[in-house]
Amino acid sequence: MTANDVASTTQVYRVYIKATPQAIWDAITKPEWTARYGYTGLVDYELRPGGAYKVYPTEPFKAASEAQGYPVPEVIIDGEVLEADPPRKLVTTFRMYLDPALAAEPYTRITHEIHEGADGVCALTLTHELEGSPTLANIVRGSLEPGGAGGGHAWVLSDLKSLLEIGKAFAE
Amino acid sequence: MDDDLVFKALADPTRRFLLDRLFERDGRTLTELETGLEMTRFGVMKHLKVLEEAGLITTCRSGREKLHFLNPVPIRLIHDRWISKYAERQISALVDLKRELENS
Repeated sequence: MTANDVASTTQVYRVYIKATPQAIWDAITKPEWTARYGYTGLVDYELRPGGAYKVYPTEPFKAASEAQGYPVPEVIIDGEVLEADPPRKLVTTFRMYLDPALAAEPYTRITHEIHEGADGVCALTLTHELEGSPTLANIVRGSLEPGGAGGGHAWVLSDLKSLLEIGKAFAE
Repeated sequence: MDDDLVFKALADPTRRFLLDRLFERDGRTLTELETGLEMTRFGVMKHLKVLEEAGLITTCRSGREKLHFLNPVPIRLIHDRWISKYAERQISALVDLKRELENS
């Protein structure tokens, strides 16, 4: 594995949000917020190095999924908290369990960084290191969106911006 | 981020070409990006600066190299504001993702 391989499988997303670092931090780390935007999972972070990170489906998701004959697993995503420096930096490992191909891929790594700029606008940068996880890389890049499967990180961050700035996510 | 900067940055074929190259493979150096372009290194740097100011690329240092990454979020924001019809979509995104995976 060379530095070049790592760079070419890494995805970097940045969004500017008119909100405080703490509001952005809460929107990433608290389930009452994550249930309202993007894929609307319920996050559960133990915010210390070595702590657990899990994402659970909401009840409406479970019901809708079962009704369509595609039950979702109890835990959709898990990982480990590597670094938690509220409200600036959060590093976790990340693996998705929606199907066997995804569950078989190695843990990836996600870094959230929040930088406060001028005029109450913060830059939120999400870096996802995806070495060895091509299926997940496709999903988070938004490649499955034409099938209705959500637009990956860019879509999630756009929705997060809408929720924090307008007080409403797209679907609300 | 200013939408005008995004539209201006996208209104140039060289800059769109640079974004296409990063879409094919992300995290490239200036040296990699300038190959295939009949342009001076300085010219390519100027285009990359316009893209970075529009938020369409982000850069990070890796040792002595500066790596360039495609950031699709500004285009996404424009899409979501004017084009997208989210309301009925989003509620089922996770279910649809699961179905897409089962069928692929």
